[in-house]
Amino acid sequence: MKNKNKSLIILGSLLLTYLFLMIGLSLGMINSYFSGVIVAILINVIMASSLTLVTGYLGELVLGHAGFMAVGAYTSALITMNLDLSAALEFPIALLCGGAFAAFIGILIGIPALRLRGDYLGIITLGFGEIIRIVLNNLKVTNGAKGLSGIPSYSNFTVTFFVTIVIVTAFYLLIKSRHGRAIIAIRENEIATDCVGICTFYYKTFAFAIAAFFAGIGGGLYAHYLQVLSPSSFGFLNSIEYLIIVVLGGMGSLSGTIIAAIVLGVLNEVLRAFSEYRMLIYSLVLISMMVCKAKGITVGLILDKLGLKNKLKFRGKQNISIGKEG
Amino acid sequence: MDYGILLMQQILNGLHIGSIYALIALGYTMVYGIVKLINFAHGDIMMVGAYIAFMMITAFNLPLPIAIIISMASCALIGMGIEKVAYKPLRNAPRMWALITAIGVSFFLETLFTILFGASSKPFPTLSLAPIQIGALQISQIMMISIGLSVFLMIALELFIKETKLGKAMRAASEDAKAAALMGISVNKTISIAFAIGSALGAIGGILFAMAYPQIKPLMGVMPGLKAFIAAVLGGIGILPGAMLGGFLLGIIESITKGFLSAFWPDASLWADAILFLILILVLLLKPAGILGKNVREKV
Amino acid sequence: MALLEVHKMSVNFGGIKPVSELDLQIEEGELIGLIGPNGAGKTTVFNLLTGVYTPTEGSITFNGERIDRLKTHQIVKKGITRTFQNIRLFKQMTVIDNVKVAFNNRLKYSPLEGILHLPRYKKEEAWLEEEAMKLLKIFELDKYAYELSMNLPYGKQRKLEIARALAGSPKLLLLDEPAAGMNPNETNELMQTIKLIRDQFNMTILLIEHDMNLVMSICERLVVIDYGMVIARGTPSEIQNNEKVIGAYLGQA
Repeated sequence: MKNKNKSLIILGSLLLTYLFLMIGLSLGMINSYFSGVIVAILINVIMASSLTLVTGYLGELVLGHAGFMAVGAYTSALITMNLDLSAALEFPIALLCGGAFAAFIGILIGIPALRLRGDYLGIITLGFGEIIRIVLNNLKVTNGAKGLSGIPSYSNFTVTFFVTIVIVTAFYLLIKSRHGRAIIAIRENEIATDCVGICTFYYKTFAFAIAAFFAGIGGGLYAHYLQVLSPSSFGFLNSIEYLIIVVLGGMGSLSGTIIAAIVLGVLNEVLRAFSEYRMLIYSLVLISMMVCKAKGITVGLILDKLGLKNKLKFRGKQNISIGKEG
Repeated sequence: MDYGILLMQQILNGLHIGSIYALIALGYTMVYGIVKLINFAHGDIMMVGAYIAFMMITAFNLPLPIAIIISMASCALIGMGIEKVAYKPLRNAPRMWALITAIGVSFFLETLFTILFGASSKPFPTLSLAPIQIGALQISQIMMISIGLSVFLMIALELFIKETKLGKAMRAASEDAKAAALMGISVNKTISIAFAIGSALGAIGGILFAMAYPQIKPLMGVMPGLKAFIAAVLGGIGILPGAMLGGFLLGIIESITKGFLSAFWPDASLWADAILFLILILVLLLKPAGILGKNVREKV
Repeated sequence: MALLEVHKMSVNFGGIKPVSELDLQIEEGELIGLIGPNGAGKTTVFNLLTGVYTPTEGSITFNGERIDRLKTHQIVKKGITRTFQNIRLFKQMTVIDNVKVAFNNRLKYSPLEGILHLPRYKKEEAWLEEEAMKLLKIFELDKYAYELSMNLPYGKQRKLEIARALAGSPKLLLLDEPAAGMNPNETNELMQTIKLIRDQFNMTILLIEHDMNLVMSICERLVVIDYGMVIARGTPSEIQNNEKVIGAYLGQA
């Protein structure tokens, strides 16, 4: 019963947040610029929480997550641009197809790549991510470096908000299921996981595919919000951006990831006022945040201090090192 | 056009650019060998080195060799400074945190130099010596200087690592930092020196790179940095000869795709980077620790 | 027919043969000790039996089936589980989750059923909770069920590892130096635990151990190896007086 109450509280507060933002939007208190910022943050939440599944829970470094987003974005955009159905029908189809194709690519990449571990897996995913970008840059159907334009405007604040909630909830429930336990066990000790009869390779590929699937959906939302796509939006630096969110969020903590996505998104907007000094300050903030983390000041700790930790008990492991220990 | 000559010419060009990748790759590999950190800011150190030399030549009218020495020395100091401020506090933290910090340092250097010098590229003063003709092959003087200088520096580094006490201490620290510390080796000092040498080599790599394309810009280090890193991984990260081998190999592959394959396949240069990454992936799948790397089995 | 039959098993790591031409037979219900000096190849034998390494020569037959080419997780499904010399728990998972992971093969619900909390998920998770708790109770770990396993005291971590190995309902249990690092009290408790496993689960056990008191008092049969080869077999009393064994331990040929 206690669990039911907790879910109700979370559901209620989400609806309130939505209503609050929606009223702000419709009364013009929040202008379209800010609604754009909110949508961008929500998409970052999707991207970072899907990356958390692989990097935080499975414990594998991935430096090419933007590649999956690109696959989803282009696939879904091409579908809605070429199908002639009503938005309510073709948009969900496009999103799911984008996700499915990204998952397919994820499996294709994962099967060879997941034999490697740690930094090497990071590098190999970086390589695949760049290859995806270069392929998009050279294909006719994606219109090469010029990219796609005239994509129908289907994602708005409401759609993105609810899709994000559905995705994050799905992740949360997945982590709590037997599949989630197997994934976390692999991070904790791969050999021991093997020795209790779990096919680690299957679960690694599974986690990789699920992460790619949701990244693909994130890409679909992105494409139908911006209405233009170009391969340069899915480079190595974009993958890094999602990794930064995951690491700042405490790796293997969904709530931390969400908070980090919001904090970084807001920070990014606030710093816009400093024009060319924006990235300078951003990078300094990034370095000092990491140094603070190393000294034990973490998002988790702040949550603790605010007494929020027990309410949002999403967190998994906080400190994990990748690859060889020691 | 004679394809044999074209191929030879592209191999030479590949050795030229490869020697620069090799110099930069050495910095990645030395740092990785000891602290297991992918130092993403290393490509930007290379850019800083090129800018310092640029200032020395244009603003102070210093001759090129002096400018190179000043640039190497300043980059060595900058590299050590970055390590002290940004990486040292994270030495016992999870490795992914240090990775993010390195990315932060990289952003910082790129933005700082954009603010100081503007985002656009500037012509870099280069040597205007006539290329030497050997048969149909063209060998520019810069090419010879680049290859000669990098081979010289690599031999010097190899001797330093193999023969000097400090070099041996560095090798010991990269094998097992804890054991080295117990043997009385100051791990802090070896890490500082690895950063200093790596950054100085990065600086000269940057200058040679700037001379080859005669121009500089704040983002010039990103792609060569990434490629040099790939070169280090290709050869076996943490292994100095591996970085050199990887660098030359990468340079040759790149210039053959861009300059030779393009004669048969016009789009080759568009796909050049994809081909590089594909080769990297294949090598890692066949030899997970790189060409010269050894596989270490986890003890059960 | 013996439960486990190892015939002329060797492994070759680039010229080094940590195990060579090893023969081993275990009957159902036996408790056998595998002993030998440090570096004799005992853990390698375990790694070969569980598929962590693949033998280069020879065969392993378990329950009438060849298992020497199977992968680790497949061998577990056939009924061999193990513990590790250096404890390998899922440190940041709770005690009960450590055990639940090992039950994974007996659950059938799909990811979608898990996410949507469909009936099969609920049914199987409820069953799992009950079974895992039962198992923890046997090892008196139930009151720590929701603690992180890394916070358990050392002796209890060893116990949890054994409980986790039993969750896979094996026919043969391999224990790799379960008493390593334990004080005499903990070792005594461990002996009780091992006895309990035999009684409660009717388990066949192969045990690596350096603690001779423990080995001599609970094992029915001992196999002594050195340099990857069997140098003696027999009852504890036979082994105690075996010249070769004494030689191997004292460093004579």
